[in-house]
Amino acid sequence: MTVKTLYQKLVDSHTVAVLDQEHVLLFCDLHLMNEYTSPQAFAGLEEKGYAVPVPEQNVAVVSHIIPTHHTSPRIIADPASSLQAINLKRNCDKYHIPLFDTNDALQGIEHVVSPEHGMIRPGMVVICGDSHTTTYGALGALGFGIGTSEVEHVLATQTLVYRLAKNMRITVNGILPVGSTSKDLILMIIGKIGAKGAIGYVIEFCGTAIEALTIEARFTLCNMAVEAGARGALIAPDQTAYDYVLERAQDMVGEIRDQAMISWGDLRSDISAHFEIEHEFDASAVVPHVTWGTSPDQTVAIDAPLPHHHSFSDPVENLSLEQALRYTKLEAGQTLEGVPIQHVFIGSCTNGRIEDLRSVVKVVGDRKVAKGVRAMVVPGSGAVKEQAEAEGIADLLIAAGFEWRNPGCSMCLAMNDDVLEPGVRCASTTNRNFEGRQGRGAITHLMSPAMAAAAAITGKITDVRKL
Amino acid sequence: MSQLTLIQGHAAPLRIANFDTDQVMPKQFLRGIDKSGLKDGLFYDLRFDDEGQLKPDFFLNQAAYALTDVLMTGPNYGCGSSREHAVWGMQQYGFKAVIASSFAEIFYSNAMGNRLLLVVLPEEQVQALMQEADEQCGPIPIKIDIEKGVVISPKHRYAFSMSPRHQQMFLEGLDVIGLTLKYQDQIDRFAQAHWQANPWIKNIARRVVDRLANSSQA
Repeated sequence: MTVKTLYQKLVDSHTVAVLDQEHVLLFCDLHLMNEYTSPQAFAGLEEKGYAVPVPEQNVAVVSHIIPTHHTSPRIIADPASSLQAINLKRNCDKYHIPLFDTNDALQGIEHVVSPEHGMIRPGMVVICGDSHTTTYGALGALGFGIGTSEVEHVLATQTLVYRLAKNMRITVNGILPVGSTSKDLILMIIGKIGAKGAIGYVIEFCGTAIEALTIEARFTLCNMAVEAGARGALIAPDQTAYDYVLERAQDMVGEIRDQAMISWGDLRSDISAHFEIEHEFDASAVVPHVTWGTSPDQTVAIDAPLPHHHSFSDPVENLSLEQALRYTKLEAGQTLEGVPIQHVFIGSCTNGRIEDLRSVVKVVGDRKVAKGVRAMVVPGSGAVKEQAEAEGIADLLIAAGFEWRNPGCSMCLAMNDDVLEPGVRCASTTNRNFEGRQGRGAITHLMSPAMAAAAAITGKITDVRKL
Repeated sequence: MSQLTLIQGHAAPLRIANFDTDQVMPKQFLRGIDKSGLKDGLFYDLRFDDEGQLKPDFFLNQAAYALTDVLMTGPNYGCGSSREHAVWGMQQYGFKAVIASSFAEIFYSNAMGNRLLLVVLPEEQVQALMQEADEQCGPIPIKIDIEKGVVISPKHRYAFSMSPRHQQMFLEGLDVIGLTLKYQDQIDRFAQAHWQANPWIKNIARRVVDRLANSSQA
C-alpha cells in the first residue's frame, strides 16, 4: 500500500477523476457561500442555463456586509449591500439552497456558524468563496478558499478542478506558556516562515502542543495558515475533535456513529509519509505576538524590537518593510509595548468564538476600558452571542465599557458600517493587517483576544502577562 | 472562446511584496451583484488621495506610463482575500498580464481562469526586467509568447512555464464547466458510492439547517 499524508488521503477520497499530473476533479462535500462572492456565480449559472444538482450540500450565510449595531429587526441601510442580501435570498430560494439570512437568530460569520452546528465533520472537503476556509482543518476536514468562477463551477457540478498542493508539516511540541494562545503561536509561525512561506502547500500541524489545543484554538491556528500562503491546513482528528463534532452533529448516533469512528480513525498521515518541507517549533518559547506592519508576517514578540530595513536580502522586501513602517507610523528598532491605541476590535472568524470572549472577560475582570478608547466586541454568530449573554459575559463587558454588538464580519474587513477613521490605531483580534483593511489610513495590530483586552484596559499595546 | 497565443504590451514595475487583493480592489467596490464598475476601484488607495483626486506620484497616473498593461511586481502578489473582483478590475483597467516570482494560490486560479496571464519568473529575472523599465523611466515593450513560454523585452529573453492545462486555457479557450459536465455520470457514480460509505455527509447542509429550524420552532 502506498504511504500517504493525511492531505493525500483526503484528496484521494474525493477524486472523481484525475485530469492531468497537476489537477484532479475534486468532489466537494460542503460548499459555503456568502453574499458578496457568490452573486456573479449565480448570474453565470442563469446565463448559461446550468442547474444546481445537489443543493443539499450547499449553504449560504449573510456575513460580510451586515451592520452589527443593535437594531431589531436588523436592517442593511446601504442600498447596494441590501441588494446583495436580497439577491442571495432570491438565489437560494430559486436553487433550494439552505440559507442563514439577515434576521436568522443563528446568522453569523460563515466559518463560525457552520462548525458550531455540526456541519463540518472529519474527512470532508469544504470549500467557500472566502480565503479563511482553511479553518476547518481543525476538525480534519480539508477546507480552502476559491474564487467566484469556481463558486459557479461547484454550484453547477459539486466538484472543483483542483490543483494539487504539496505537503508541509509543522511540528509544535511543548506547552504554551500562560498568556500565550494559539493566536500567538500562529503569528509567530507566520513571522518565521513568511507570508509566502507556504505557497503551494497544505500544512499539517502536529505535536504535543497542537494536541493540547481545544478545537476553538485549533480553528484560530488553521484559519490563519492562509496568511502564510497555505492552500489548506490540517490537524489529524483526535478524541478532542470527535467529541466536538459528536456533541453538535445530532444525527450521528448508533450505527452511523460507529461507522464514522472507524472511518475517521484512518484520518492521519502514515508514519513514513513524505513531507516536502518540515518545520519544528517549541511551544514553550512562544510569547505574546503582535503585528507591527501591513502584512501578517510583520510580527514581533511583545518584548522584541521591530526589525531594521537592512534585515532582508531582497530589495523589494526591504522597500515593503520601509513602506509598512511609514504606514504604521512606527520606527525600526522600537518595541510595541506602550504604543497608544484608540480602538479595540474583538471578533472575526479567527477569534470571535465563545472561548475567545471568555478569555477577554478573564483579563478584564472588574477593570474598565481606558478613557478615549472605543472597544467593540462582535460575537462570531448568533449562537455565540446567546451563549455569551447566558454566561454573563455580555453584561460584564458592557459594564466595563465595551460595545456589545450583533454578529458578523464587522471590522475585520470593514465592508459594512464598521470602518475605522484614517490614522486610528486598532488592537484587533482579526487576521489581516493590510493597508486600509479596516479603513483607509487605519492601522491594525493583530493580536490575541487576551492581548486586545489588555490594550482596551490600558489604552496602549500591553503585555497581558504583566497586567 | 478566442485563441490567445501572444500578448504584446508595455510592462511597468510595482515594487511591493505581498501585494494583497484588499489593495488591488478595496472593500467599497465589492458591493455589486455583477462585475461592472471595478475599473474605478483598481489600486484605489494608491491611485487616489483622500479627496478622490489622482495622486500624481503614482506611476499609473503619469503620462509616461499610460500604455502600461503588464504589471511587474513583488512576490506573493494577490495574497489575502479570495475576491475575484481583483482580477476583473485589473482586466477592466486594461491589464493583460502580471509578472512576479510567485502568486497567491486563489489569485492564480482566479486570474488564469479569466485569462489574465500570470507569468512566474525567478526573482532575479523579475528584478532585471524592473531595472530595465527604471532605466528608461517608463514601461518597456514586452512580448509574452504563451505557446513557446517565453517573455521578451528589448534587453532580456526569459523562458517560463505553466501547467499544460492553463496553457490550453489560453491557446484554445476552455469552457471549464462544460468540460466538467462531460464527467456527469462519473460524478454521479462517485457521489453515490461516497455517500454510501459516508452517509453522515449526505444532504448535510439541508439536514442541519432543517434541524435547527425545527428546534427553534419547538
